This record gives sequence, structure tokens and C-alpha cells, in this order.
Amino acid sequence: MGTSVFYLVAFLSIFFSLMVIFAKNPVHSVLYLIVTFFTFTVHYILLNAQFLAVVNFIVYMGAIMVLFLFVLMLLNLNKDNEPLKSGLVKVVGIVAGCCLLVTLAGSLKATAVSNPLVLQNVNLGLVKNLGKELFGPFMLPFELSSILLLTAMVGAVLLTKKEKV
Amino acid sequence: MDITFVIEKFVLVAVIFGISLLIAMYSTYAERKVAAFLQDRLGPDRAGPAGMFQPLADGLKMFMKEEIIPTHANKWLFMVGPGLAMLTACIGTAVIPWGSPVTIGSKVISLQVTDINVGVLYIFGVVSLSVYGVMIGGWASNNKYSLLSAIRAASQNISYEVAMGLSIIALLLVTNTLSLKEIVEQQHGWHWNVLYQPVGFILFIVCAFAETNRAPFDLPECETELIGGYHTEYSSMKLGFYLFAEYINMFVSSAVMSTLYFGGYNYPGMDYVATVAGPVIAPLIGTVVLFAKIFAFIFFFMWVRWTIPRFRYDQLMHLGWKVLMPLAIANVIITGIVIAIVEKF
Repeated sequence: MGTSVFYLVAFLSIFFSLMVIFAKNPVHSVLYLIVTFFTFTVHYILLNAQFLAVVNFIVYMGAIMVLFLFVLMLLNLNKDNEPLKSGLVKVVGIVAGCCLLVTLAGSLKATAVSNPLVLQNVNLGLVKNLGKELFGPFMLPFELSSILLLTAMVGAVLLTKKEKV
Repeated sequence: MDITFVIEKFVLVAVIFGISLLIAMYSTYAERKVAAFLQDRLGPDRAGPAGMFQPLADGLKMFMKEEIIPTHANKWLFMVGPGLAMLTACIGTAVIPWGSPVTIGSKVISLQVTDINVGVLYIFGVVSLSVYGVMIGGWASNNKYSLLSAIRAASQNISYEVAMGLSIIALLLVTNTLSLKEIVEQQHGWHWNVLYQPVGFILFIVCAFAETNRAPFDLPECETELIGGYHTEYSSMKLGFYLFAEYINMFVSSAVMSTLYFGGYNYPGMDYVATVAGPVIAPLIGTVVLFAKIFAFIFFFMWVRWTIPRFRYDQLMHLGWKVLMPLAIANVIITGIVIAIVEKF
């Protein structure tokens, strides 16, 4: 049953991510992206990574996508004020797309069929174990990434300050 | 998975869903009665004894009204909006423990739909999703006022989620678990978390007001500035769904606050009652106590609505970012230090 659910959800993920690209209206794109993120949450639950699933839910679906939607609604893009794309841009796009296709096909050809993924520790994704991993062996990278985020935050606050400090 | 388990959970889900709707329905009645009481009026008193059937009459009216979808609205999303608002309002109840397990013979029936070990985060996730109904509805209406209201709702929710998340972190430092079942079990008798986290509770309740769009934080529905708000273009039961979702949200957030900070189904002297009443009745008394706490919170929501006037938008942002957030961070740090000291000695 696990594999058939996986294939269903994987199909939905790919389907909705294609819809993100093909949707004409940017707000629709964002809504499809939200659904795509939801299918990722389901993937995490299938892997028994409950904490990651719920954090993906909160951070991506609940916070980041709200901001995306917020900005797009403010801009209120539609067909009338969409900038016209010149022919050259389209040609460049086609060439770049073909290059990507060749690269992907080449790299796919080089890979062998891997063994089905077997989790080393089924309960690794639970909060307690994940916390012990993060604050044990991976302490330094974890703290460094938090400093990175803090730096970005301070930068964002500085950019919004209009008057001279 | 055996069939009795499925039936048991199905019945529980159906009962909780029914109760949420019933309480939301009678919250509209209670809101009017409380408003009338606070303003020295009578309130609704025509439909049935003391106006008891007023919510039914209102519901019937909503269903019977003409359904209008504006010509330039995005039809599909216009319909999705209210549905999403109702959905996100209802799914929060799934992880709340409504009572301690009932023992009938040898069978133990849990009064919680599911005990996931990230229950608190699940609630938080559902809260952060709740803004989508408003945003999608407001945008799809293709009305400047609705759009403004949707944008207000989004920025308000995002701002207050920060302080709410930080107040939950301080609580988790005390409880050491994310499972709502264990959090409630730790608060046995009178050891309620509000006694250990009074500041955290105040932060949480202020944020709960903001997240449910209740006065004094009801800026997305500010009639004087926005005609109606995000639901300006809505009519009939779609409008009803938006209004209804607000009351369900109020019920769910009252239940969450009772569970996290006010001991859920625990009450002082419950051990004595358990020995007298037996293993079937005692948990049900606990459930009644939980609902009493929930009703007290719902009354508090209404009381505040008729006491404190609406904030200005800059005041709202000032409170969220410059008052609540530093206070929440200080709360986390002080809680951490105190716990470290207590564990040391």
C-alpha cells in the first residue's frame, strides 16, 4: 500500500508543479505551488518524518507562500500590464531549455537503478531523535546556518529603515 | 486496522464536528445576547423562548437569499474561498483531547481523534493556513476594498504568528513534549500551565484574538474603512460560511487555550471524583469541565469585543512587532534560565 500511495502522491507533485509553470495567471501559479508543497508534506509523512512534515506545512505553506500571494496580490499582475517578450528572449529560452534537457537526459543515462530506499532508523524523523541529531553531531552546521538566517534578517530590517540611523 | 477502531474514530469525528457547528451556531446567539446585556438591551427575543431559535432563523435566511457571483470575479476561486475558510476552521479539532480515556469493561476508548507527536505544531500549522480562505476570497472578488482587506488579513496573521510561535516555544520548554495528550496529562489536578507561564498565556491569548480576526483586531472587517471587508461581494450562504468560520475559529482557539494553559479536562479534586464516580462517568465530568472552560473563553472573546475599540493599523503593527515580540523573546530566555537553574539545584 505504501508504494502505491507514494506513486499517487509523486504523480500529484509533478502534475501540480507543471501546473505552476503552465498557469497563465500568477496568482493561480502560487496557489498550485501551495498544493505542490502540500504533496511534499504528504511525502514526508510517508517517510515517517513527522516533524519535517509539519515544519514544511508551517514554514512553506503557512508563511512563505502567504507572503508570495501577498506580493502578487499587491502587484495585481494580469494580461493587460504583462511586459511583452521579444522574439530573441523566446529563442534564448528554447536554446537554454534544450541544453537543460540534454544535461538531464545525460545524467539520467549515467545513473543505475538504485535499491529501494531503506530507512536506517525508522524513528529518525520524530522530534526527539531529530533534535538529538541536530544538537549533537550536527551542532556546528546547525548554529552556523542560524547565524546566516540572522544576518539575512538584520539586512532586511536595515533595508526598510528609511531615515538615517 | 480493525473495523471497530474505524467506527469508533468515525463516530468521534462526527460528534466533534456536530458539536463545533452547534457551538458556533449558538455563539452567534450568545454574541447578540452578550452585546445586549453589556449595552443594557434585551437582544433577540422573538423566535422561540428567549429567542432560542434565532440562529435557525438566521441560517434559513442565509440559505434562502439570492446567490450573486460578480461578473468580473474569478468564479472558481470565489467559491473556493469560503470553503477553505470552513475547512481550516474545522480541522484544528482533530488533535485536541476532549477527555481522559473512557473505560467500558475491558475496552479503553480515547476521546481524542488522533494523538500525533507534533500536536502543538499541527495546531500552529492549521492556524497559519486559516488566512488563505480570506486571502483567496478577497482577491477573487475583484474588488479593491476586498483586496485591501485580504492584504490586511495576511499581514496581520503573519505578524502575530511570530509572537504566538515564540509564546508556544516557552511553553514547550516547560512541558518537554509536543503531544497535546501528554501536555494535558502533565497538568493533572491544579498544576495548570498558566501558573508556570502567565506571560506566555497573555501573549497567546492576544495573538489568538488577532488570528481569529476578533475585535479589537478585526481590521480585515473594518466597515468604516472597507465597506464590509473581504466578504463585501459575498452573499447568501457563502457570506454565512465566512461569518460561521469566525465562530468556529473562536471555539477551536478557546479549546486550544484551555488545553495548553488551563489544564484541559483536569480540575482540582478530580482524583476524589474519579474514585466516587467510576471509570465511565469521571472522564465525562472532565469533558464537561473542559467545555465549561471553553465557554468561559468564548464569553471572554465577546466581552472584549464590546469593551475595547478597534486598533488603528499602525497601532496593530506596533503592538505585534515592538511589544509582543520582544516580550515573547524575553519570556523564552527567562523561562530557559529558570529551568536551567531549577534543574541544577
